[in-house]
Amino acid sequence: MLRTAGILAAGLAAAFALNLLVANAIPPYPALVINLCGISIILAVSLNVINGLTGQFSLGHAGFMAIGAYVSAYFTTTLRYFDPEAARYISQAPLLDGLWGFPLALMAGGIAAAVAGLVVGIPTLRLKGDYLAIATLGFGEIVTILLANFRQVGGTKGLTSIPGHADTFWIYGAASVCITFSLFFQRSTFGRALIAIRENELAAEVMGIGAARMKVIAFIYGAFFAGIAGGLFAHLMLSISPANFGFMKSVEVVVMLVLGGLGSMTGAVVGAVILTILPEALRDIEREVNLSGLRMALYALILILLMLFRPQGIFGQRELSLKLLRRLVPGRRKESP
Amino acid sequence: MQLLLESGDFLARLLQQCANGVAKGSVYALVAVGYTMVYGVLQLINFAHSDVYMLGAYFSYYPARWLGYMPDGAEKPKVPLYVLGLAFAFAVTACACTGMLIERLAYRPLRNASRLAALITAIGVSIFLQNAGQMVFTSEVKSFPRYVDQTSVPLGPIAVANTSLIIVVVAALMVGGLHLFVQRTRTGAAMRACSHDMRTARLMGVNVNATISLTFAIGSAMAAVGGMLIAMDQPRLTPTMGLLMGLKAFVAAVLGGIGSIPGAALGGLLLGVAESVVGTWNTTYADAVAFVALIVVLLVKPSGILGKAGREKV
Repeated sequence: MLRTAGILAAGLAAAFALNLLVANAIPPYPALVINLCGISIILAVSLNVINGLTGQFSLGHAGFMAIGAYVSAYFTTTLRYFDPEAARYISQAPLLDGLWGFPLALMAGGIAAAVAGLVVGIPTLRLKGDYLAIATLGFGEIVTILLANFRQVGGTKGLTSIPGHADTFWIYGAASVCITFSLFFQRSTFGRALIAIRENELAAEVMGIGAARMKVIAFIYGAFFAGIAGGLFAHLMLSISPANFGFMKSVEVVVMLVLGGLGSMTGAVVGAVILTILPEALRDIEREVNLSGLRMALYALILILLMLFRPQGIFGQRELSLKLLRRLVPGRRKESP
Repeated sequence: MQLLLESGDFLARLLQQCANGVAKGSVYALVAVGYTMVYGVLQLINFAHSDVYMLGAYFSYYPARWLGYMPDGAEKPKVPLYVLGLAFAFAVTACACTGMLIERLAYRPLRNASRLAALITAIGVSIFLQNAGQMVFTSEVKSFPRYVDQTSVPLGPIAVANTSLIIVVVAALMVGGLHLFVQRTRTGAAMRACSHDMRTARLMGVNVNATISLTFAIGSAMAAVGGMLIAMDQPRLTPTMGLLMGLKAFVAAVLGGIGSIPGAALGGLLLGVAESVVGTWNTTYADAVAFVALIVVLLVKPSGILGKAGREKV
C-alpha cells in the first residue's frame, strides 16, 4: 500500500515537473508530441489489463476512447443549464468548466465508457480469441458510425472549439494514476486471478475463480481509463471527429502493447512512447522525399519485422524493476532472462 | 384501392432494394470466400485480403486505361473488349501472385508462432499495402473507364442495371465453380484435408505448403474479380477502398459460418440485402447493419448460419 502511494506520489511529482518544463522551455510541436505520448500511455496500460493480463483480445479500445472523448467534451462545450420555464439557457457558460469542471467532465467520460464496457462486456465475453476480437472490432465501428449520425455532436464533422484544459500536468497525472492502479491491480489477488484466466481459463474456474465476472471487471476497468484518455485527447486537440477513433486507432493501441511485450506494464509504457514518437519522426522523412504514404508503410514494415524476429516484444512479460536494473548495470554480468 | 396501390408500390420498392442488395452482396461473397478459405486452413484472419481486393481494382484499371483509346469527339475513352479480357487476366494473375507472396514472406515464417503474432502481422501487411498503394497510385480518386454502358433491364415489376446482372452472374459462376473444385477434385480434397488436420494431411502425403499457397492464390483471385466488378459498377478507386469492404466481407464470412464456402456466399447475399433494405430508410445507418448483424450472430450462433460446431471447414 505504502509502495503504491509512493509510486503515485512520484508520478504526480514527475507530472508537475514535466508540466513546468513543457510550459516554459519546449516549443509547441514537441510539447504536443509529449502530451500525446501521455495519452498513449494511458490507452496502452489500460488495454494491457484486458489484453495482457486477462488474455482477452479486444480490438475496440478506440470505441471506448471515443465515448469518453465525446461525453466529456459535450459537458465542457455544449451542455448548459437550461431553464425549462423560461425556455432559455440560464448561463452562457457550459455546465462543466473551469478548474473543477474539467476533472468532473473527465470522470463523466470515463464513467460513460465504463458503462459501455459493462454493456458490451457481459454478452461478448462469452466469446473467445478471434471471435472476441471481431465482436469488439464491430463494437468500435458501431460507435463511430453512431457518432457520425448524431447531429447533436456534430455528425461527421464532430465537436469543435473544445476548451484546451488538458495540459501536461493533467495528462501525466492521469497516466500516473492509471499506471499506479494497474500495477496495484496486477500484484493483487485480483490480478493473479486475471493472469490465471489468461494461462488457463478452465483451470482457473476449477480453482474457484469466477472467470466471467473477472473478465467483465477487467473490461470495465480498461474501458474507464480509455474514456479518460479520450477526454484528455479531446481537450488537448480542441476538436474531435468520429474519424479520430476508427479501427486503425484500436489497432495502434494493440500494436503498442505487442511492441512493448504483451502483459508487461513497463512494456506498455515503452511501446506507447515509441509508437507515438516514431510516426512523427517518420513524418520528417516523408516530407523530405515528398512521398505520402511512406511514413505508415515504414511503420507497417517495422511492425511486420518485429513480429517475424521478436514476437514477444521488447520486454516479453517482464517488468522493469530495481532488481532488473541492478542486474544489468553495475556488475555487467551476462543477462539471464 | 389507394392503399393497395401504395402497398404495391412499397413492395416494388422493397423488391428493387433486394435486387440491388443481391448485386452488392455478390461482391461481398466473392471477397468473403477468400477470408473463409484462409481461416479454414490457417485459423488466421487475413486482414491483408481487403487490400488484395483494392489491388485487383487498380491492376485492372491501369491496363484498361493504357490500352484504351479516345475516339474523335467522344467524351470518354473507348475500351475494346479484348483489352478488357487482358486487363481482367492481368489483374487476376497479379493478385493471385501477390496473395501467394504475402503468405510466403509474412505468414509462413509464423506458422508455428502464436496466433496473436500472426494476426498482428496480417494487420501490418494490410497497413503496408494500403500505404504502399498510396505511394504508388497516389491518394487521388481514380475513375475506372466505363467500358460497359449502363442500361437498365426490366425484370418484372423492377428494373435492374445491366452491370448488376453481370456482377451477380459472374459471382455466382465463380463461387459455384470454386465450391465444385473444392468438393470434387483431388486438389480440393487436399485443401479440405489441410483444414481438418494439417499434420495428418502431411502424413498422408499432402503437400501442405503448396496447398496453402494455392488457397491464398484462389482467394486472392476471387478478391481481384470482386475488385474489378466493383470498379465497373462504381468507378471510384482509392487505396483505402478495401478497408470497409474487407470488414464487411469478413462479417459476411462469419455470418454464413466461417470455413464454409456456401456459407460465405449466403452471408454475403444476406448482408447485401439487409444493407440495401435498411438503406432505403437511412443510408448512413446501412454501414452499421453489418456490425450489428455480426454481434447478434456471434451471440446467438457463433459458428454462423451454415457452420457446424465441429470442425467442418473449407
